[in-house]
Amino acid sequence: MSHGGLPRGRTTLLKGGPGCGKTVFALQSLVNAVRLRRETGLFVAFEESTRQIVANAATFDWGLPGLMKRRLFFLEAQLSPDVVHSGEFDLGGMLAMLRAKRDELGARWIVLDGIDVLLTLLHDPAAELREIYRLRDWLAANEMTAIITAKTGTGRAEVINYDFMEFMVDCVVRLERRLEQGVSLHRLQIAKYRGSDFEAGEFPLSFGASGMEVAPPEPPEIRHPASLERVSAGFERLDKMLGGGLFRGSSTLVTGLPGTSKTTLAGKFAEAACERGERTLFVSFDEGAEPIMRNLSSVSIRLRPHLKAGLLRMYSARTESTGAEDHLAKLKSLIRDFRPRCMVIDPLSAIAKAGALDAARAVASRLIYMVKDEGITVFITAINDGDDPSTEATDLQVSTIADTWIHLSYMIRSGERNRALTIIKSRGTWHSNQVRELILGATGPVLADVYTAGGEVLMGTLRWEKEDEERGKTLQRRAAFDHKRRELQVSETDTRARIKALQNDLARQRSELDLYSTDNDARIVSSSEREKELRRIRGGDPLKRNGSRNGA
Amino acid sequence: MARSKTLVLRLYIARDAPNSARAVANLAEICKEYLHGRFKLEIIDVLESPLRALADGILVTPSLAKISPSPAARIVGNLSDRSSVIHALGIKE
Repeated sequence: MSHGGLPRGRTTLLKGGPGCGKTVFALQSLVNAVRLRRETGLFVAFEESTRQIVANAATFDWGLPGLMKRRLFFLEAQLSPDVVHSGEFDLGGMLAMLRAKRDELGARWIVLDGIDVLLTLLHDPAAELREIYRLRDWLAANEMTAIITAKTGTGRAEVINYDFMEFMVDCVVRLERRLEQGVSLHRLQIAKYRGSDFEAGEFPLSFGASGMEVAPPEPPEIRHPASLERVSAGFERLDKMLGGGLFRGSSTLVTGLPGTSKTTLAGKFAEAACERGERTLFVSFDEGAEPIMRNLSSVSIRLRPHLKAGLLRMYSARTESTGAEDHLAKLKSLIRDFRPRCMVIDPLSAIAKAGALDAARAVASRLIYMVKDEGITVFITAINDGDDPSTEATDLQVSTIADTWIHLSYMIRSGERNRALTIIKSRGTWHSNQVRELILGATGPVLADVYTAGGEVLMGTLRWEKEDEERGKTLQRRAAFDHKRRELQVSETDTRARIKALQNDLARQRSELDLYSTDNDARIVSSSEREKELRRIRGGDPLKRNGSRNGA
Repeated sequence: MARSKTLVLRLYIARDAPNSARAVANLAEICKEYLHGRFKLEIIDVLESPLRALADGILVTPSLAKISPSPAARIVGNLSDRSSVIHALGIKE
């Protein structure tokens, strides 16, 4: 964040109110210097005893006792309360002692923790100022990398001295702790850094197992690998609706009212991931891992074997216990340790409870970006208050970041409450625009077609009735068809019969006609014979008579 | 109080720093006035033997330590507030 760390050989001032993490920051810097650069550091504790500091730092995985044997040295510098004050004193002797100690140890780093405690004892702002100058000169002359911590906002009039201190040091880091909606938030800000570019904004701070974590400013450029590999969303029907499944490394948001089986979908996703042999992290907020597994087993989603096999890691957090930042830090360390390929966060909206909305929003988006940077396929659930998809999940404004957005809702019709699943968006892939009914059966969640009738989506009993009706109609249609076919068959036979009869008629008529034709010829012959005969009888001219007759 | 016993004192100073010089002068006055020679005083220059001062738990200069008789006491500052010094050292007139 400070574009390279604290200034070497210079002085950094850490300012902040009580409990904002000054000592931890200073000690952590020192520990890092010792651990990573094999340098030696000196920690001068004006405020707390070494024992206290070491005990407090024991919650972090720094291995402090080991370091203390070799390269990290503490110096007790508290004035015991029964020391009597009589007149002015100065730091000349102390600095001489520190130099001697430094020479003895070869220390490059020095932390002066809570120097204000000592300076306050001077009871004289002018004297304090003088000693601060003395300190500055000494630090400059000795070229040590120094961190000085000082309190602010303690209501003391002399506080102005420490404001003045900002001018004499090279780098000023302000730490702040404030309460927002009952949750304490830690913030860090670099107020000044001579000779270095720095991010001037205020950044959230959290405390995890590795100490203090500063939320880095989000890189302005997003670089996520885009995979074309598809992974199952849990069950086939949903994959089909998504055009083949979710993209590897994508984020899926499932929104819906409480009880719309968001967790069931998430569980199904986790189970499918485990069955593919992928390490999966299941993060649940405000619900224990055991009840989740029990509940999911009622719909045949079995996570316990995967948990035992070490493929699945369940982490359940109580949201109110810490701030959103601390949740993020915890998840970060979980991801680092477990290296999951798939991840479930159920429900992400819970972190909105852990403090102010703005902070939770930032955490939510950072969480998603972080997960995507790791290439983890993530399945996020979020509770929304209304049933209107346009308002849902916008509490955390996750919906714009998520690649796929599945919405679950209730449809209440004719005394039933049925679950409906819609895919609102799925980037870069075909997806079904249809509403499906989500049915939770003993064998697992199933998606069923829904019917639309008169602009209404039918589900549950209505869908069943509709299906029944459709079946009835089909039967009817089939019966009607059969009937018609039979009718047609009958009439075909009938027609054939009629054709046969007509053909018979035809044959008969033809033969009759033939018969008639022969008869006629015979008659013609006989009649001409008769004429001849007649003529012969009458004695007329047969030729002439016959010729004129033929010509007619 | 322990009138008869010898007071063992150590004064830690930073060479000739103004406060240190003042402390030396102030202590000399007090000793002269109240202790009448029944004391042993060791003056340690922290700039010369810083590690010893560190080992003795000295933080700032000037500092006055009462080693014996018990109870031990520690006074920080240039000892200009005489009454508090006398009280801390357990000296009574």
